[in-house]
Amino acid sequence: MNTIEKILVTDKLLSSIRQVSSPIWGEIERGLALSAFAKQGIPNRKSEEYKYCKIDLILKDEFAVGSLKNNITKEQLSSALILKEAITIVIVNGHFNENLSTPTNLPKGLIICSLEEAAEKYFTIFENHYSKYADINTDPFTALNTAISNGGTFIHIDKNSMIKIPIHIVHVSTANENSIVNPRNLIVIEKSAQAKIVESFVTINSTAKIVNNAVTEIFVDENATVCHYKIQEESEFGNLISTTQVQQEKQSVFTTTTITLSGAFVRNNLNIVLNNQHIEANLNGLYLTKNNQVVDNHTLVDHRMPNCNSNELYKGVVDGNSTATFNGKIFVRKDAQKTNAFQSNKNILLSDDSTVNTKPQLEIYADDVKCSHGTSTGKLDEEKIFYLRARGLSETSAKKLLMFAFASEVLNTIEIEPLREYLENKTMLRFQ
Amino acid sequence: MLSIKNLHASIDGKEILKGVNLEIKAGEIHAIMGPNGAGKSTLSAVLAGREDYEVTEGEVLLDGKNLLELSPEDRAREGVFLAFQYPVEIPGVSNINFLKTALNEIRAYKGLAPMEAKDFLARVKEKQKLVELDGKLANRSVNEGFSGGEKKRNEIFQMAMLEPKLAILDETDSGLDIDALRIVAGGVNKLKSKDNATIVITHYQRLLDYIVPDFVHVLYDGKIVKSGTKELALELEEKGYDFIKEEVSPS
Repeated sequence: MNTIEKILVTDKLLSSIRQVSSPIWGEIERGLALSAFAKQGIPNRKSEEYKYCKIDLILKDEFAVGSLKNNITKEQLSSALILKEAITIVIVNGHFNENLSTPTNLPKGLIICSLEEAAEKYFTIFENHYSKYADINTDPFTALNTAISNGGTFIHIDKNSMIKIPIHIVHVSTANENSIVNPRNLIVIEKSAQAKIVESFVTINSTAKIVNNAVTEIFVDENATVCHYKIQEESEFGNLISTTQVQQEKQSVFTTTTITLSGAFVRNNLNIVLNNQHIEANLNGLYLTKNNQVVDNHTLVDHRMPNCNSNELYKGVVDGNSTATFNGKIFVRKDAQKTNAFQSNKNILLSDDSTVNTKPQLEIYADDVKCSHGTSTGKLDEEKIFYLRARGLSETSAKKLLMFAFASEVLNTIEIEPLREYLENKTMLRFQ
Repeated sequence: MLSIKNLHASIDGKEILKGVNLEIKAGEIHAIMGPNGAGKSTLSAVLAGREDYEVTEGEVLLDGKNLLELSPEDRAREGVFLAFQYPVEIPGVSNINFLKTALNEIRAYKGLAPMEAKDFLARVKEKQKLVELDGKLANRSVNEGFSGGEKKRNEIFQMAMLEPKLAILDETDSGLDIDALRIVAGGVNKLKSKDNATIVITHYQRLLDYIVPDFVHVLYDGKIVKSGTKELALELEEKGYDFIKEEVSPS
């Protein structure tokens, strides 16, 4: 696609975008975000960061922007409530849905409300954190989201609060005309607090292409421990651009797991900044792709200070005509001595027509560090299949067993047991 | 029970087995010995159904059934068990779950219902003892991080669990210390019955001090060139394989 076309795509979007007002953001900030979006434009395959995902082709159609209603019922939602015991927050097309959410009788130290409400009621926290981590100038979709988001959820966990029950944010996309929605979440975990947060993404009752451009900012203060999960199960109408921007402070532990089971198109931007010393960040991912799916995981771990550890494990089982991309960047800045950073990406290709692009990128400016990355892409090991068959397992069950074992390495890291069981079942069914 | 007639097999166009003949009756233990490269491992691979090998001639019947027409899993279900020379490690697949799946697929093939969980566990316990396999190992991923000896014991444990008609031990003694060898051999001896048969493939006579064969065959250059009783193994140990070479190749 040439430059002229690129501008056209952006113009068409821009004209619709200009008509949308954001309820959570002043006109000046909105204007800045909008011009940052206009300046960067819709990336095409010449853009290094969006090289393999052809996002411009998805956005070439006409799209309604931001005008969608929250018209789903409790019954329609029921299949998306994968956790029986959880505090549930439902975001429909980027709107915080009060009726479907259950933020009542919250444990002490936990605040959950819509981002709009937070901008007024918890102004200081909002002001200190909102849009402070996700940078409008480095990613066009973050800029777009920042410009026109209707909000989403605000979660605040007070210092020393241990929230044992998982907090589940259900992102619902529902549309009968081509639409772009922009949910935005802000999660602030104060000093020495603990929480488990699940974000899931589903499409309900849709008959048209929907692009969900979601941004979640997470601030993890000193000594806090957070488990975070992204469970992506959009339908063939669902196109997801999901950005998670994390900032960690001293001695905090942040573990995040991204599981992509379906959706026509999924792009994950996971950026973690290790802003102080003795921080641990764990990044796990599993993607099971088929048909014409495109799943693109971009991760960035920014080691800014000494003595931090990051561990990254992404695995994929790639079938049909699908394309899976993993791009893992690790920055180790000059001051970040004694960094341990490990990264691994492993893929199993099940068909001749599927594609895997994998690109580890280590940029190291410190001289006393331990960093490694490894990647492998291949078919199932024939030797293992033969071994299992020689014990009486059919070829199909041997393969199923091996694929499940491959996926288990990621699934086993999930600490919420009902969530792990749910995903194990889903994975098992997938390999039938 | 097993009848091999004029078996020829090749890999990548190179003929390895050049007409093997062998008859094995229920209740017997046969040792197949031979120098490196004689085709010992090829024979076991062909019997188990490894697809890299092409059978160009001959037949293999197990109780009258043509084994060569069956997939590896159907051979296993008919009662063939290969104890691998190099058992593979399968991270993430638990030994026990895998054996349960294997056992139940074999049972389904025979038209039997899946084994009750408590019967299965009882069998696990009993057979573990047989090969002195630590309960922890049985619950771990298949062979993952096992020592050489543990891997071989795990092979015999699986054999005990699946109760095959015909067991083929492919160089099960290689790399084993005396203690492990004694345990592995003890397991094999305890599993011997009048209804099953065992083929012990080995390079060394040492294993045959522990598993006493009814017959010893020498495989050389793709053929069985000499058969005898256990005394033949002793003779081989004493004289080395060179005397076989001298006997078969005209000087």
